[in-house]
Amino acid sequence: MTYEAVIGIETHVELRTRSKMFCRCPVDFGAEPNTNVCPVCLGLPGALPVPNRQAIEWTIALGSALGATIATNSVFHRKNYFYADLPKNYQISQYDVPLCVGGHLDVDVDGTTARVGITRVHLEEDTGKSSHLGGDGRIHGADAVRIDFNRSGIPLMEVVSEPDIRSPEVARAYAQELQSIVIALGVSDARLEEGSMRFDANVSLRPQGAEALGTKVEVKNMNSMRSLQRALAYEIDRQTKLLDSGGSVAQETRHWDEANGRTDPGRSKEESSDYRYFQEPDLLPLEIPDEMIDGLVGALPELPTVRRGRLTELGVDPASAQTIVSGDLTGLLDDAVAAGADARAAGIWLAGEVIAHLNRHGGDATLLHLDGPGLAELCAMVAAAELSATAAKEVLAGVFAGEGSPRAVAEARDLMQVSDEAALGAVVEAVLAEHAEEVARLRDGEDRLVGFLVGKVMAASGGKADPALASELIRRFAAS
Amino acid sequence: MTDPADLTIADAGARLRAGELTAVDLLDAVRRRASMTEAILHAYLTIDHAGASEAAAEADAALARGEDRGPLHGIPVALKDNMVTRGVETTASSRILAGWVPPYDATVVQRLRAAGAVIYGKTNLDEFAMGSSTENSAYGTSRNPWDPDRVPGGSSGGSAAAVAVGSAFGALGSDTGGSIRQPAALCGVVGMKPTYGLVSRYGLIAFASSLDQIGPLGRTVEDAAMLFEAITGYDPFDATSSPGPVPAVRASLDGGVDGLRIGVLSELASEGVEPSVAAAFHDTLDRLGAAGATIEEVSLPTTKHALSAYYLIAPAECSANLARFDGVRYGPRIDGPNVEQMMAATRRDGFGPEVTRRILLGTYALSAGYYDAFYGQAQRVRTLVVREFAAAYERFDALVTPTSPTTAFPVGARADDPLAMYLSDVCTIPSNLSGDPAISVPVGLDESGLPIGFQVLGPALGDDTVFRVARTVESLVGFAARPALATSEGAV
Repeated sequence: MTYEAVIGIETHVELRTRSKMFCRCPVDFGAEPNTNVCPVCLGLPGALPVPNRQAIEWTIALGSALGATIATNSVFHRKNYFYADLPKNYQISQYDVPLCVGGHLDVDVDGTTARVGITRVHLEEDTGKSSHLGGDGRIHGADAVRIDFNRSGIPLMEVVSEPDIRSPEVARAYAQELQSIVIALGVSDARLEEGSMRFDANVSLRPQGAEALGTKVEVKNMNSMRSLQRALAYEIDRQTKLLDSGGSVAQETRHWDEANGRTDPGRSKEESSDYRYFQEPDLLPLEIPDEMIDGLVGALPELPTVRRGRLTELGVDPASAQTIVSGDLTGLLDDAVAAGADARAAGIWLAGEVIAHLNRHGGDATLLHLDGPGLAELCAMVAAAELSATAAKEVLAGVFAGEGSPRAVAEARDLMQVSDEAALGAVVEAVLAEHAEEVARLRDGEDRLVGFLVGKVMAASGGKADPALASELIRRFAAS
Repeated sequence: MTDPADLTIADAGARLRAGELTAVDLLDAVRRRASMTEAILHAYLTIDHAGASEAAAEADAALARGEDRGPLHGIPVALKDNMVTRGVETTASSRILAGWVPPYDATVVQRLRAAGAVIYGKTNLDEFAMGSSTENSAYGTSRNPWDPDRVPGGSSGGSAAAVAVGSAFGALGSDTGGSIRQPAALCGVVGMKPTYGLVSRYGLIAFASSLDQIGPLGRTVEDAAMLFEAITGYDPFDATSSPGPVPAVRASLDGGVDGLRIGVLSELASEGVEPSVAAAFHDTLDRLGAAGATIEEVSLPTTKHALSAYYLIAPAECSANLARFDGVRYGPRIDGPNVEQMMAATRRDGFGPEVTRRILLGTYALSAGYYDAFYGQAQRVRTLVVREFAAAYERFDALVTPTSPTTAFPVGARADDPLAMYLSDVCTIPSNLSGDPAISVPVGLDESGLPIGFQVLGPALGDDTVFRVARTVESLVGFAARPALATSEGAV
C-alpha cells in the first residue's frame, strides 16, 4: 500500500539573552559546570522566579515573524515531573495561553512551495544537563549521574508546527528556514551541534487519501539537519514495513542513532502523560501591551524570504542566496556590492569558500577578517585576470588568517597572475621541452593534451599563470 | 525594676536611646528568659548565639556613633524557621532539610538586619507550615506558655510562644491559612497578615505560594506595626511583590474607630464558637460600638466553602512546591538502586505524615481527569470569595470575627483528627484566599485562663485600617495579662 507521512516538528531554541529566564545568572555556553548558578536556578528552598523581559520580547518577535497572533494576556504554568536535572521538579512553561498562537512558514522544495502551519510559540526554562557514568550511558543502569546546572533556567523557546509536513525533505527545509529566521532575528546561536537548537519530530503514517491519523511516534536526538532528514526517512521506512507486514505501530518515543543510522525505542520522561499543569502561583499573568507588540513588529529585521528575493534581484544565483542568508552573510554581501562588487561573483565566493571556512571554524563571522570592500577587491582582481581562481582561493585563505587585504596578500605571497606574454612564454617553452612526447601527440591531433600541458604550466608557475594565455601560447608554440 | 524581657519594643527602644539599656542587655534578657522557659516551651529550633551577640554589639556601636536605624535598632527578634538565613541552619521543621545551611538570606531577613534588629533564633513550626498546633514539627512539639499541656497553635506556634513568654521582643511568622493569627490568638499576642504582595516571599520556604504571606507577631499592636514597616515594600526578587506604596500603618494607629463601619461576619462569628470566645467577641463589639463605630452583621455565604477550597488549593500548590525536596542537591539522601528510587526513599523518609497527606491530596487534585472537579472548582470558589469580600468592603471599612473558634486545645487532642484540626482555621482562611490583610488582637481570657483572639479583616491595602481598629480594641479592652511562664518571678 502507499502511505502518506504526517510529520509535525517541535523545535526548541535556547535564547542567547544575557541572563537566564527567571534569574540574573549569565547565559554562557562555555562555562565550567555549575559556575553560573544561584538559589533560583538551583531551585533552592525559598527562591522565586522573576521573568526575563528580553526573552519575552524575542519570543514575540519570532511569533510575529511567523505571522502568529500575540496573546496580550499570557500565563505561565508549572509542568510537574520528577527528573534529576530538573531542580524544582517542575518546569515553568506555558500551557493553554502561550505567548504566540498560529502563523505559518513557507518552504520551497524542488520548485514546489509547501506551507507548514505553526500551532504555537511559547517560552519556558531549560533543565540542567545530566551525564550518566557507567552502564549504557542512559539514566537506567548508570553507576552515577553528574549534573551541570549551568543550562538550568536558560530561556527556551518552543515552536510547535502543525502536522503539515509530508516528507523528510520538507521537514529539513522547514527546520533550515526556522533556523535562518532565528539567526536573522539574532535571538539565538541556533547551533544544533551545541544543542542550542533541538528538534523532536512526530511521525505517523496513513494510507494515501485517508483522513484519520495513524499511531504517532516521537523521534528525538537528531543533532544536524542531515540527521533530521535521515531519521525521518528511516522512521517512515520502518513504519511502512511494519504496516505492510500486517503489524501495528506502537506509540512510543524513539531515539535516532546517528552512528548506526536507525531509530531505537527509548525510555523517556516525556512519555508521562500527566504533567498536572496549573498556573504558576509565583508569577502574575503576563500582560503584553499593544504598544510593546507594535514596537517589536516595527523593529523586525529583514526576514530570510525577503532577503533571498532581494539578493536574487541583485544578481546572486538562488542557491548561493539561500546559503548566504542561512549563513547570516547577507550584510557582507550588501557591503561588497556597495563597494562595487559584482553581486553574482561575490555571492559565489560567500556561498563557497567563505561558508566552508566558517563551517571549519565554528561559524563565528567576526573572525573572518574579510569585509565588504575586501571582497569587492578580490572579485575585481579575478575579473581583471590579476588572479587565477586557484590563486584567489589562496589569497582568501591569507585574508582569513589576518594577513591583510586581498591585494596585499596576493603581493606578499607572490600570487599575482602572470599575464605577461614574454614571462609566461619562457615557462611554456620549458614545459614543452620537458614533455616532448606529449607535444608530438598534440601535433598529431590529440587535442586534449592542451589541458594536460596547461596544468603543467600552472604548476610550474606556482598557480600564477593566466590559464587562457597559457593555452593560447601552448597551441602557438606547438604549431610552430 | 521590670525585667527588660517584658518591655515592649517601643519601651525597649526608648530605654536604649536614653542610655539606660544596651542592645547587649536586651539580648541577655532574652537569653535569660529563654534559658528559663525553653526546656518546657521548645519555641526555638535554633538559637544563633554567635550571630546575635555580634549583631547586638554592632547595634550598640552604631548607636554610639549616632547611627540610629529605627525602631527595631538593637531589638532581639525571632524568625519562624521557614525563612532562610545565610549561614544558620534552616529546616522548616522537616527531616528532609535536617542540617541544611542556606547560602542566602530571605528578603525579610535582609530588611530586619538593615533595620538594626538582632536575630536571636529560628522558631519551631508545623513541618513546612502545615498545621495548626505545631505538633507536626519533626523536632518536637512547642507548648503554650499559658498552659504547657496545651498547644501554642500553629503553624507559627514557636514564634507566638516566644513573643508571649519574652524570649523574643517580636517575631516573624508566615500565614497561609491563619498560621500567624491563630497562634497569636492562642498565645495572647498580636499577629498580623499583611496584604498579599506587601511583604516579599523571597527566601520563605514555600507552602502554597498564592496564599503564603510573611507577617509580624508582637506583644502590642504598635510593636507589630513597627515590624510590619520594617519588612514591607517592593522587592524585585519576588514577581508577586506589589510595586505601589505601602500603607503608613504607624501614623494612623491612634485614629480611633469613630465613624468607621464595621461588619460582623455572621457565618464565622456564630457556629462552632466556644461560649467564652463568643462572649469576649461580643463584649469587644459593644466597646467598639460605644467608641463610635457602626456595627452591623454581614453575611458572606461563600465563606462557608472557603475552607474546602483552601484544602484543595493549598495542597495542590504544596505538591509542586515540595517536589524540589528530592535528595539530589541538598538535604539528607536515602540511597536507592536508581535515581527514581533514591528520590522516593528520600521523600518517604523525609516528610512527616501531614505533609505526605497534603502532597498526595494535592497531586490527586491536579491530576488529569480530576483537575476540573477539584482544583478548578476550588479556584472558582476562590474567585467568588474575592468578589464577596470586595463587595462587602464597598459597605464596610473592616470586618470582624473571632480569630479562632476555640482557645488553645490540649496537646494531642486533635492530632489524630485532621478534619477537626483543619476547622481551627475556619475564621482565618477566607482572607488568605482573598489576599486581604487581617490581624488578631487579644481580648481576654476564658475560664481556664487561656487567651482569646479578636480578628479584624480589611480590604486589600487597608492594612492601616486593620492596625487602627486593632489598636483601638487593644486600648478599649486593656488586655495586660501575662502567661504564667513569663511572670517576673520566673516561674520556671
